[in-house]
Amino acid sequence: MGHIKLSQVSKRFGEVEVIPPLDLTIADGEFTVFVGPSGCGKSTLLRLIAGLEDVSAGHIEIDGADTTHVPPAKRGLAMVFQSYALYPHMSVKKNIAFPMRMAGVPLEEQERRISAAAEALNLTDYLDRRPGQLSGGQRQRVAIGRAIVREPQAFLFDEPLSNLDAALRVGMRMEIAELHKKLKTTMIYVTHDQVEAMTMADKIVVLRAGVIEQVGSPLELYHAPCNEFVAGFIGSPKMNLIKGAEAQKHGAATIGIRPEHVDVSASEGLWKATVGVAEHLGSDTFLHIHGVPGCDPLTVRVDGELPVKHGDEIFLTPQLEKLHRFDAQGLRVA
Amino acid sequence: MARAVTQQRKIINTTLAWGVGLLIFFPILWTILTSFKTEAQAIADPPIFLGFDWTLENYAAVMERSNYSRFLWNSIIIAGGSTLLGILIAVPAAWSMAFVPSKRTKDILLWMLSTKMLPAVGVLYPIYLICIQFGILDSKIALVIILMLINLPIIVWMLYTYFKEIPGEILEAARMDGASLKEEVLYVLTPMAIPGIASTVLLNVILAWNEAFWTLNLTAAKAAPLTAFIASYSSPEGLFYAKLSAASTMAIAPILILGWFSQKQLVSGLTFGAVK
Repeated sequence: MGHIKLSQVSKRFGEVEVIPPLDLTIADGEFTVFVGPSGCGKSTLLRLIAGLEDVSAGHIEIDGADTTHVPPAKRGLAMVFQSYALYPHMSVKKNIAFPMRMAGVPLEEQERRISAAAEALNLTDYLDRRPGQLSGGQRQRVAIGRAIVREPQAFLFDEPLSNLDAALRVGMRMEIAELHKKLKTTMIYVTHDQVEAMTMADKIVVLRAGVIEQVGSPLELYHAPCNEFVAGFIGSPKMNLIKGAEAQKHGAATIGIRPEHVDVSASEGLWKATVGVAEHLGSDTFLHIHGVPGCDPLTVRVDGELPVKHGDEIFLTPQLEKLHRFDAQGLRVA
Repeated sequence: MARAVTQQRKIINTTLAWGVGLLIFFPILWTILTSFKTEAQAIADPPIFLGFDWTLENYAAVMERSNYSRFLWNSIIIAGGSTLLGILIAVPAAWSMAFVPSKRTKDILLWMLSTKMLPAVGVLYPIYLICIQFGILDSKIALVIILMLINLPIIVWMLYTYFKEIPGEILEAARMDGASLKEEVLYVLTPMAIPGIASTVLLNVILAWNEAFWTLNLTAAKAAPLTAFIASYSSPEGLFYAKLSAASTMAIAPILILGWFSQKQLVSGLTFGAVK
C-alpha cells in the first residue's frame, strides 16, 4: 500500500512562499514524476512528503493516516538522493543493511534481503567494497538497494540520475522502470528532464513556481497541454509557439505546433521559409527555420534521409488537426 | 600554465625550508643538549655545542628531587580529561551549528572565539575565588574544567569546519533510514568525522599539556602538572640551567613523541578546508 494524499500543503521559507497551498493525490502503485524547471519547488515537495522539511500548512496522508508531523523514518518511505548519499565508511553490504539494523530486523532476515537486493541489482560481487571504490552507476544501485530492503510503502527519487553520464542514465532509467513493474510499489520521482518524465511515468505532475500546472499521463500532457507552459515544457524538441496574425487566423492569441506535426515540401505549402541550422541525428533531422511569421526560429522534425541543408528554401504546412490554440492568458482554447 | 620549477629554485626552497625548520627547532634542541651537560658547561662562554662530556647526572638529580611520575600523571589526567570533556560538549554543539544553523550561528561562533582574545589574567581573580568557594583549588577537576572551557571555542570551531564538509544529504539519508539523532551522530557523523576529531583531539591535548598560566596559578602540590614541574627548577636560589633543561626535556618528551607520530594528522587538521 502506498496511497499518498496532499491537502492544501504549503511551504514558506521565511517570507518566501515556495509552494502555495496545493492538493495532490498519488494512487497506490503509481509511478508519479514531478517535473519542472530548476527552482520550481519539485524537490521541496518531495522533501515535504519525505518529512525532511516541515509543511507550513496543510496535511499529508499516507494510506489514510495523517503523517504531517510524523518523523521521516516512521512514514514508511525510502528515498534515493541525487548524490546517492551512501555512508562512505561502510561497505556496500553495511550500507544496504543500515536501515534494517536501525529497525532491528533479525540478522538472518537482513542477510536474506541483502542477497535478494544484491542479486536484483547486480551487486553481489561488490558487497565488501566501499562506496568510494564503485562507479557512479554502481553507487546509484547501492542507494536503490538500501531503499528496496526497507520494503517501503513508497519510493522517493530526487533526481537520481543527474550525476550519471548520458549512456548510463538511459540504462538506469530502464532499470528503475523495470523495478517499478516488478515491485508495483508507489514511486515518486523528481526530475527536470522531461524525457525521463515521459518515458517512466504513469502520471506526470508539471510544476512551475510551486504551483501544479497540470497532472496527467504522459500522452495526455503531450496531446492536450492545458497551457502554454506545459505545451512548451513537454515534448522534445519543444513545441513551436506562434503569435500574432498567424494565430489570430485560428481564433487564438498563440498557436502551438509540435516539430513533428509540420509537413515539409520543396514546392508548395503555407509558409515559405529558409533553413538555418540542420541537426542531422541519423534517424531524424531537426531543422531550425527562419522566416515563419510570429515564430523565429521554428523547429521542424523531418526524416533523417531528407536532403536539406543550411540556406535551402522550403515550404511548410502545419497539420491543422494537431494545432494547439491558447488564449491571451496562455490557457488552452478547446 | 604551471609555473616551471627549476632545479636551482628547488635547492633554494629546500634550503630555506630546512633553515626555518631548524630555527624553530633550535631552542628545543639546545634545551635537550644542555640537559646532558654539567652545570658549568651549561653556562660556559662561548657556549659549547656538541663537544662536551655527555652526562645523565641532571636527570638523576631531577628524578631524585622530584616525583616526576606524579607530575606526569597529573598532566595526562588534565590534558586528557579536558580534551575528552571538551569533545563530548563540542560534538553536539558543532553538529547543531553545522547542520541546523540559526540566524545567529555565525555570531555565536565569533563570540565564542572572541573569548580567546580576553587576557587570562583578567579573570584570574574571580576564577581563583570560585575555586576556593567550591573547595577545588589545587585539584585536577578544577583544571580539567577550566582548560576544557578555555579550549572549547577552538574545539567547536575545528569540528564545525569538519562537519560543514560532510554532505547534509548523508545525514538525511540516515534519518530516512530510521536513525535517531543519537544513532545519526554515533553511526554516521562521528565515523565520517574521525580524521577531524582525531586532529582536534591531538591539537587540544598539546594545548592543554603546554598550558602554563592556569596550571601554575591554581595548583600547588596536589594537582601540579609538568608545567609546574619545570617551573620548580627556575628557582630564586640560583641558576641551574642543566637541571632546568633536564626537567624541561622530561616534560616535553611525551608530547613531542606524540606530535612526531601524529604530524600527518595534525597538519591535515590545521590546514583543513584551506587546501581542499
